Amino acid sequence: MHELGITQNIVAIVGDAAKGRRVRRVTLEVGALSGVMADAIAFCFDVVAQGTALDGAELDIRIIEGRARCHACGTEFVSPTLLTRCGCASRDVEIVQGEELNIKTMELEEAA
Amino acid sequence: MCGTCGCGSDEKATVIDLKNEAPSHHSHEHVHADGTRHSHPHDHDHAHSHDHSHDHGHDHGHSHSHGHAHLHHNHDHGAGRHHTHEHIEADGDTVSLEARILAKNDAEAASNRAWFAERGILALNLVSSPGAGKTTLLERTIRDLKDKVPLSVIEGDQATTNDGMRIRAAGAPAVQVNTGVGCHLEADMVARGVQQLDPGQNSVVMIENVGNLVCPAMFDLGEHAKVAILSVTEGDDKPLKYPHMFRAADLVLINKIDLLPHVEFSVAEAVRHTLEVNPRANAMTLSARTGEGMDDWYAWINTRRLANNRDTIANVSAPAP
Repeated sequence: MHELGITQNIVAIVGDAAKGRRVRRVTLEVGALSGVMADAIAFCFDVVAQGTALDGAELDIRIIEGRARCHACGTEFVSPTLLTRCGCASRDVEIVQGEELNIKTMELEEAA
Repeated sequence: MCGTCGCGSDEKATVIDLKNEAPSHHSHEHVHADGTRHSHPHDHDHAHSHDHSHDHGHDHGHSHSHGHAHLHHNHDHGAGRHHTHEHIEADGDTVSLEARILAKNDAEAASNRAWFAERGILALNLVSSPGAGKTTLLERTIRDLKDKVPLSVIEGDQATTNDGMRIRAAGAPAVQVNTGVGCHLEADMVARGVQQLDPGQNSVVMIENVGNLVCPAMFDLGEHAKVAILSVTEGDDKPLKYPHMFRAADLVLINKIDLLPHVEFSVAEAVRHTLEVNPRANAMTLSARTGEGMDDWYAWINTRRLANNRDTIANVSAPAP
């Protein structure tokens, strides 16, 4: 359910930044380990955008792969889930990538 | 309403094919003659996610009013598939935003944290699934500690003031935050709750989050620590099933241990699974009903409280980090 609130944040942030201009496209970065379902954001987006500067805008979601660094051996590795262990079998790892939840860019329509 | 994301779906349940690698909530997969797969959140007028980018015609029998969402994965899928999505630079302006989506909540949380720190208040965010015993734990804690520790509570629930009333009956000031459709507390709700509650210097504020092991993990409230409560009537593999929450928790309280003889729950496995997700977590076993094990929890509160207490900090030349 938090995707609904997150989408409302996205629409509010972009709407403010657009300063009255219409938004054609929004690009997001969503980390694979962020705890947010990109599909659910996509689902909520049209509904939340209705009647705002983002009404009808396209949504581009870039999924950022999870990466972790092992505290035991220092290796950095791809971590598709929060439960991925290091190759050395240690589970004491730090997520270094994949928790992103960012709005990268917006594309505006020509000012009238 | 959909129980997974609250998006207003009328679908009662999400059927996930476990053989499918990437089950997708609300999606109805379609395979077209050209091999294009579409995942539709719904069959009408909604965002529309493509798991791959292609040029394709929407000649299938769904109407898409507008607005498409494109999902890109930046890793290789093998089989020679490459995901580049060329955007035609149209005659508009592309503006770099680089904004964190949760920036507003994080800023509110930082302001709460500073407010608590100024007053030497220890704020704890209690999270669990519904029915794990958060309110019962608080009732007992209040009854046992109220003469020693000033304690107040922010109660989060979607509806009713039942829990807030229970806390008051137990003897602590409480405010109830009803989130309506919201499935978690956010930092601004806590800020408003704290204003009403007006907790005293060096006191403890317990924030009882909405019973939910998913969403509250993402929302910083400005607390010093998240305390996750896991009851033995749940599965001992819950930390593995909800890794975000158990990873975010400093302390895991395994509650209702008086029921252990009646359930198939292994405390050792629950602790092992907790540490698997979060090697730094503390785990304790207790029963808020019988009082067994509660002293460990009180000792933990006390240690944390002293570390935050302004008088203690003032008296110690080199406070612990």
